[in-house]
Amino acid sequence: MGPRPALRPYLLVLPALLLTCGILYPFGLGLFYTLFDFSASRPRPGLVGFGNYRTMLGEGAFWNSAWVTVLYAVGAAAAETVLGVSVALLLHRSSRIGRVLEKILILPLMIAPVIAAIMWKLMLQPSVGVVNHLLRPVGLGGVQWTDTPAGALLSSIAVDVWVYTPFVAILALAGLRSLPASPFEAAAVDGAGWWYTFRRLTLPMLWPYVLVAVIFRFMDSLKVFDIIYALTEGGPGDSTMVLQIRAYLEAIRFQRYSFGISYTIVLWAVVYLAAMVLVRHLGRVQRKAAEAR
Amino acid sequence: MREPERDVREREREAGRGAGRDGRGPGRDGRGARRVAGWLADAALVGYFVFALFPIAWMLVLSLKPADQLFSTYFSFTPTLGSYRTVLGGGEGIPFLRFFVNSLVVSVGAVALSLLVGLPAAYASARWRFKGSENLMFTLLSFRFAPELTVIIPLFVLYQRLGLFDTYVGMIWVLQLVTLPLVVWIMRSYFADLTPELEQAALLDGYSRTQAFFRVALPLVKPGVAAVSLLAFIFAWNNFVFPLILTSNEAQTVTVGALSFLGGDRPKYNLTAAAALVSVVPPLLLALTIQRYLVRGLSFGAVKS
Repeated sequence: MGPRPALRPYLLVLPALLLTCGILYPFGLGLFYTLFDFSASRPRPGLVGFGNYRTMLGEGAFWNSAWVTVLYAVGAAAAETVLGVSVALLLHRSSRIGRVLEKILILPLMIAPVIAAIMWKLMLQPSVGVVNHLLRPVGLGGVQWTDTPAGALLSSIAVDVWVYTPFVAILALAGLRSLPASPFEAAAVDGAGWWYTFRRLTLPMLWPYVLVAVIFRFMDSLKVFDIIYALTEGGPGDSTMVLQIRAYLEAIRFQRYSFGISYTIVLWAVVYLAAMVLVRHLGRVQRKAAEAR
Repeated sequence: MREPERDVREREREAGRGAGRDGRGPGRDGRGARRVAGWLADAALVGYFVFALFPIAWMLVLSLKPADQLFSTYFSFTPTLGSYRTVLGGGEGIPFLRFFVNSLVVSVGAVALSLLVGLPAAYASARWRFKGSENLMFTLLSFRFAPELTVIIPLFVLYQRLGLFDTYVGMIWVLQLVTLPLVVWIMRSYFADLTPELEQAALLDGYSRTQAFFRVALPLVKPGVAAVSLLAFIFAWNNFVFPLILTSNEAQTVTVGALSFLGGDRPKYNLTAAAALVSVVPPLLLALTIQRYLVRGLSFGAVKS
């Protein structure tokens, strides 16, 4: 050990700490701004206390955004979990095809979500898009994918699913490959069926891995921005107006800085609370899984 | 201690064993039914991958279509590289090539800065238990889950005052929100996997702490550093909301630039597709090189493989 062993770790984390403060500062500043009516038209803002929050919580637009955000996050996380775990199970069988496909599983995940949304936007265009062209033989050539409220929300979720299913699949596959062999051997000896083995053995033992993926996906979808910005920009109407898009429109487009930041502060609080609950749950699940081994 | 690197063949052998242990391997009873189930499973898998790969393939098709055949046909056309020439040659008044260089500069810059401050912090928090260490770590992790706009909107106001709006420095700074938590958390898990005895042996041999870090610890986690750098680069490159709000033209990146081709009264499908493909090539190529480190990387060290 060196001359000042007690001091060394602090010196090592100091640069990271300074950088962290540099990021916490604008966050604190934003929190401070929400107490004023700061906007481009009011460069000398006045103190309004919690007025921004009161206005926001009294608006139907806010509750609509909150509802759409929850629908989006739950829908996307659920669909990605089911599809991702299914893909992982299929890859875990390790057929010849599976081994080849596994190597390219990652591709959609590494494409910027905004680019993915652009790609799907071109494909989902109702009259000249390729998706409707391919659906025409089965009589579904005229679907207005992003031009109806329900269609727009489902299409955005579909793009999210396209990008992030590999994320769940990769983590679930890693989990499947690290499961101990003996319970499965015992089940096979006892002649247990596929469904029974899956429900009683695979899924419970795999769950801690899947849960890590679900938590990441749920929290990320709560703050979705890129996909919806490129695909629908919140429309039609307010049908895909998730909280971050609304915050963007208020703060950047309408330049009502204080009001826009209030939206993100509320979202931040929700994400933070969700994170605490989910991470605590994850801890319990992981402990239980460790005891079961 | 877990090996960060694993022989691919070993992994495959293990995967094969996994299939056998599920009781679905060959050579058991009900061979015919099993074979059919196997085909169905393969078909489902192929179905998923068609869904996953078709958009990429279709962008290639669109980008090779000449403008006058964009909508007249779907699959038969005379391929041309004209769209790529237009996009990279600054067509439509969009300096896409410069955006590409900008993406490169800010992503490399962000990763370099994150490594510079993140590696010592990761090492310290893996090696010593000290006051405030966990708090710092969790604050960093919470950046990963904070809504980006919470920080960006105040920064938008701040940057315009400080002259950092639309600059490389401003972008590299704000991208730390993405890259720093990744570097610190993943490298921390790599350092924690190293037994301290190696460095202690080096200290007994008369190395200083600094030398022990650079000559013993760092070389051993080099694959981890390489993987995390590439992953952080990909995430920085793919970021959209920071350049959307904090740049306008000088420091704009490809993710925002690609969107501009959709603007105008008539979206240029072939140009948009070409721009989209050009912007996804670097992350896709890099991702394929770090396949086996992805699990730990994507889960912030929570899941090891």
